[in-house]
Amino acid sequence: MTAREAILRDVRRNLGRAEGATPPPPPEPRIRIPEVSREDRIARMLERVSALAGKTLHARSAGDAVEYVAARTAGQTAVASNAPFLRQIGVTELPGVQSGFTDERNLREACASAEIGITSADYALADTGTLVMMASPAEARLVSLLPPVHMAIVPAERILTGLDELFSLHPLPASETSSMVLITGPSRTADIEQILVRGVHGPGEIHVVVVD
Amino acid sequence: MPQRVSIFVTCIVDQLFPNAGMAMATVLERLGFSIDFPEAQTCCGQPAFNSGYRDEARTVASHTLKVLEGADYVVVPSGSCTSMMSHHYEELFAPGDARHHAAERLSPKIYEFSRFLTEVAQVEDVGARLETVATYHDSCHALRELKIKEAPRRLLANVKGLDLREMDAAEECCGFGGTFSVKFPGVSGGMARTKIDSILRTGASTVISIDSSCLMQLQGAISRAGLPIRTMHLAEVLASR
Amino acid sequence: MSTTFDRKIDATLSDPRLQNAIYKATGRLMSHRKIAVDSDVLPEFEELRTQANAVKRHTIENLDWYLEQFERNVLAHGGHVHWARTGTDVADVILGLAKSRNASLIVKSKSMTTEEIDLNERLEHHGLESVETDLGEYIIQLKHERPYHIVAPALHLTRYDVANVFEKKLGVENETEIENQTMIARRVLRDKFLRADIGISGANFLIADSGAVALVENEGNARLTTSAPKVHIAVAGIEKLIPRAQDLATFLKLLGRSGTGQPLTVYTSFLSGPRREDEVDGPEEFHVILLDSGRTKLLADPDKRQSLYCIRCGACLNHCPVYRKIGGHSFPWVYSGPIGAIITPQFHGVESEPGLPFASSLCGACAEVCPVKIDIPKILLELRADVKASEKRHAVNEAERAVFRTFAYVASRPKLWQRATKLAARLGPRGQGYLKKVPGFMNVGPVRAWLSQRDLPAPAEKSFREMWKERGR
Ligand code: SF4
Repeated sequence: MTAREAILRDVRRNLGRAEGATPPPPPEPRIRIPEVSREDRIARMLERVSALAGKTLHARSAGDAVEYVAARTAGQTAVASNAPFLRQIGVTELPGVQSGFTDERNLREACASAEIGITSADYALADTGTLVMMASPAEARLVSLLPPVHMAIVPAERILTGLDELFSLHPLPASETSSMVLITGPSRTADIEQILVRGVHGPGEIHVVVVD
Repeated sequence: MPQRVSIFVTCIVDQLFPNAGMAMATVLERLGFSIDFPEAQTCCGQPAFNSGYRDEARTVASHTLKVLEGADYVVVPSGSCTSMMSHHYEELFAPGDARHHAAERLSPKIYEFSRFLTEVAQVEDVGARLETVATYHDSCHALRELKIKEAPRRLLANVKGLDLREMDAAEECCGFGGTFSVKFPGVSGGMARTKIDSILRTGASTVISIDSSCLMQLQGAISRAGLPIRTMHLAEVLASR
Repeated sequence: MSTTFDRKIDATLSDPRLQNAIYKATGRLMSHRKIAVDSDVLPEFEELRTQANAVKRHTIENLDWYLEQFERNVLAHGGHVHWARTGTDVADVILGLAKSRNASLIVKSKSMTTEEIDLNERLEHHGLESVETDLGEYIIQLKHERPYHIVAPALHLTRYDVANVFEKKLGVENETEIENQTMIARRVLRDKFLRADIGISGANFLIADSGAVALVENEGNARLTTSAPKVHIAVAGIEKLIPRAQDLATFLKLLGRSGTGQPLTVYTSFLSGPRREDEVDGPEEFHVILLDSGRTKLLADPDKRQSLYCIRCGACLNHCPVYRKIGGHSFPWVYSGPIGAIITPQFHGVESEPGLPFASSLCGACAEVCPVKIDIPKILLELRADVKASEKRHAVNEAERAVFRTFAYVASRPKLWQRATKLAARLGPRGQGYLKKVPGFMNVGPVRAWLSQRDLPAPAEKSFREMWKERGR
């Protein structure tokens, strides 16, 4: 008997269930989406990110956003993801910004040495100040992970109220991506004497730029 | 309003803190209740139950169920013993067992003292007076199994002369826990001392609870430390004039 | 007669620095949680707990169904599922994978499940380097210790302890600044991440309808573990299942808040399968190892199987006044605190440490905070009964049993009870308030234990019964 058979047999025996018996319906998922105006969502998002020691900008135009990014990346090396939005607004054209990686080794090397990683985000969650990153050819995982600074530029209409809205729009994220990561503030630890230190493994500095 | 209430004083009050029991009777009588003290009562059986001796707990529970069978109301000067009788007796007997039904019938009639006053007698001011700075200790079973939090505080708020101060660790266990207190004396004693630190921070000179067992634990540790703090059962406070 | 358990407790109690560290750390986590679940900020908190409990109950009651659904969906996304009865099976799967892929370096993110089966030791025994990457776990791995707490593994250590172990193991001299220590670990571990062949994670949740693994963390090491190496292996107990991705909306709101008071932890990864077409990075292989190791056994008891609802938030530890005194290493297994006290006897048998279910005042603080509403005190009581039943079978602890049998006999016979209590009262010095000591012949057993910490109340001058009679009613 394989381990699989043995485990399933014991589970069924100890629960008194017959093989293949359909379970009763599970409790309805608890999804509640509050009505929140666009302005309030933006405000809440930025407020939450700031509370987590993230830096924020509400950019009235794409130009403002690019300018903000340019100020931070000046004199530094940066990697931008392949998100079309970043290209459209011109972030990828900034000096010192590398982008367009399609080869894993090059991407890794660039991310491992870059000071700044620039991405867009599929969504932001206003409730918690969270960025939602779905891995894809446009958004590689390492851009928001290896460099010590992460800048995310998010169109305002991508700000959802919270987890409930996210999972209501995407009840099955696995059908769309192999990796959905929620990022809520800079990487942190408090493992030594409960003293907070940022940037232990992921970026210790995070910027969220919301573009109207 | 029911005229007659039975009281179950618990073994610890009977043997060690009879004044708490007498005070409870006094308060109830002042409110116009006539008191029935079923002579055959012994112990609720919790020591055996909490120590894993289910058969022994059943023996004692069967006896208590019989003793309290005819009562309209049973009032108890303890959250812990109340919870044993109102919550755990049913678990001790299988649903088909006659004693399971007896426990089901008894359960809604059993009241911890402060809850009886606020919910059945519907009084919050019993006309008591006691000049002291006091703090109230939430006993765990009263708080978490019986959800008694406000009743004793409301009663104490109406005691003239009493300055009630909340401690920061009001809901933290005193460390008694029945046989736990002697099976793990160091841990239990440490918990009592932590609690006493919180009491000291309030500046209170009186600690009040609705469970004599917590008070025994706290007073024992207070006495050992030689601190000028006394413990009082809620009933004793409410009987003061 | 003191057991290892008692001795470890005494050692912890008599270390003032440690006492202070545990009390402060847990106290901080308690107050963070309190703010995060306050009804002003989270009015639906109780509703979420009820929902989480209902979902877990449903999943556990139909676990075989969800395991199979999970497996189908992992396969559908190009992943692999392995079933393991024991820790040895887990190690064998990993060793097999490592060998066929010529792997030598493994990075690990924090997982209680792999701690439970001593995975690192097993892998190292076969010549693989397996490095913990959560900062706290890394430190205790360097010290060859066990996690002190489910979510704060190095809670018992100071910066000086860390400086010491860094000096010994990394050759870093006298670095006592926490920030610098953290950055040293970052550098050492970053290099490991980039060189590692395999990343091993645990799983906070296994999502049946998605074939996905959800991981919750603050540092980013779990993201690195599951993104950088070519192979990602998740090791998870079979109880980690939840039916749907949408259930995460409930569980994620509870987990971070209950554990550390964070509305969401910094990173939540929802991983379903290897990288997909045209993705530039991400693992090429995705394996999930489903571990039994005693879990199926726990399902057998309908009252106690709720022990498997646990989402390892650590709240019960923080709020446990006993844990706050005795700490994590007094417990016999890697799982400490209230959850450890209820699962250890169920995994290893009540005989393994019969004292464990009794090391509780049954205050109920654990159940009050548990986000999935496990009735821990009730299970402790059941386990106590199991201990006594086992003692009876093995004719152990006869003296105590005789005491309780006598108690029950007497307490169910009112006349006898009255005579016995009167006699007992007369033996003691009546009406003397609190005693600092008692005559030698009485200073034994429980009395002695009581007096080791506190003064003992003497029997009252008159019992209630006597006073009541005198009043003439
Ligand atoms: S038993 Fe409950 S409170 Fe304790 S770790 Fe598990 S989920 Fe958290």
